[in-house]
Amino acid sequence: MENEKVLSVSAIENGTVIDHIPAQSLFKVISLLNLDKLADNQVTFGYNLKSKQLGMKAIIKVSEKFFEDIELDKIALVAPNAKLNIIKNYNVVEKRLVKVPEKVIGIAHCMNPKCITNHEKIPTKFTTSTTGGNIVLRCCYCDKCTDIEHAEIF
Amino acid sequence: MKNRSLVAISDYSKDDYLEIMELAAQFEKNPVQKILDGKVVATLFFEPSTRTRLSFESAVNRLGGKVLGFSDTSQTSVSKGETLKDTIKMVSCYADLIVMRHPLEGAARYASEISKVPIINAGDGANQHPTQCLLDLYSIKKTQGTLDNLKITMVGDLKYGRTVHSLLMAMSYFNPSFSFIAPEELRLPDEYKQFLKQRNIKFEEHTEMAPNINDADIIYMTRVQRERFADPLEYEKVKNVYVLRNSMLDNTKPNVKILHPLPRVNEISTDVDDNPKAYYFEQAQNAVYTRQAIICKTLQLL
Repeated sequence: MENEKVLSVSAIENGTVIDHIPAQSLFKVISLLNLDKLADNQVTFGYNLKSKQLGMKAIIKVSEKFFEDIELDKIALVAPNAKLNIIKNYNVVEKRLVKVPEKVIGIAHCMNPKCITNHEKIPTKFTTSTTGGNIVLRCCYCDKCTDIEHAEIF
Repeated sequence: MKNRSLVAISDYSKDDYLEIMELAAQFEKNPVQKILDGKVVATLFFEPSTRTRLSFESAVNRLGGKVLGFSDTSQTSVSKGETLKDTIKMVSCYADLIVMRHPLEGAARYASEISKVPIINAGDGANQHPTQCLLDLYSIKKTQGTLDNLKITMVGDLKYGRTVHSLLMAMSYFNPSFSFIAPEELRLPDEYKQFLKQRNIKFEEHTEMAPNINDADIIYMTRVQRERFADPLEYEKVKNVYVLRNSMLDNTKPNVKILHPLPRVNEISTDVDDNPKAYYFEQAQNAVYTRQAIICKTLQLL
């Protein structure tokens, strides 16, 4: 863990730190939050950092950016244990966890090959539920359930 | 404005079911009424169907409305690659109501989101077929005099049969008890059993028909389809087990009626047809009255 501090990206003055992202979900989080499309903000990330909880984790620091809760909750689908630190003037002023949103719109595929959303250009819509610790998405069109591994979050 | 479309059986409440039962009974007494005078109903059948389309068109004609539409997409812009969205947008300019059947699941829900006029789902793949469910309810009500406290026995493909699942959900409002008779491969899915348990509705499961049909008020037969079996040998083993024969009805209740959503292949032997307990052809006739009721309710014309 000492090593991690050395390897971690440097502190930010103002912005948002997203910690405890499973390493394999880093790039999905970047894309879900559109971090690859930011014009001015400095974004730094650490990848494959050792973590007792997750094995390998990732961390993202975004300067001068404060997200809406609803925006951040999207990442609960790929990083359910993510921890958010809101930083102002180098200090953590707020900590929160992500929670699975009730509705998921336009960011996941329905796994039913006969669902209309896989044949026409329609933003997908799901209601979420959690069974046995797994997140399940129920399609608002075909009513079939897609588990999170098959949802191909994009 | 509340969307008046009927896409899934769950779009209707218990009161809605009862309203449809009431209206259908009125149309049965007096089927020809000029309620749809000047109205145009589009029937868009993106996949073929005989009974459903003809009974809808019969219902519209008896109400004095006009029908336009297609029963085969090969002569339409769909074959040129037109999207469902564009087809629905266009047709909703020409008609007051759209009745549609589509091979893809969720197609009717999507259409209801983009259409200016209400949608009645006449089947979207294996997903929903709510008007079939309502005509099943009407047939049950008409033959038993009530929907309450009945013993419903369902036979055949209980895994994939969409009519089975919808009927089970709809009947759950009326304190039924169920008996499910199916081969192992085609048993009722767990999610529906959970649904029944949550509502304290009694049910039993069997793999053999006789004598488990003897206490039924309604025997709801469905087709066991060869293509549902991964192993063709398994199909050969069960294909003749779920066939209802006239002799099997000897010890059944005098009030029992046999329903089947049709088409039938061999799961009801033809010697049952003349038994007064057979009701599937009358059930098909009830389709017209029930669909008259659904059309009028959807267009808020009564």
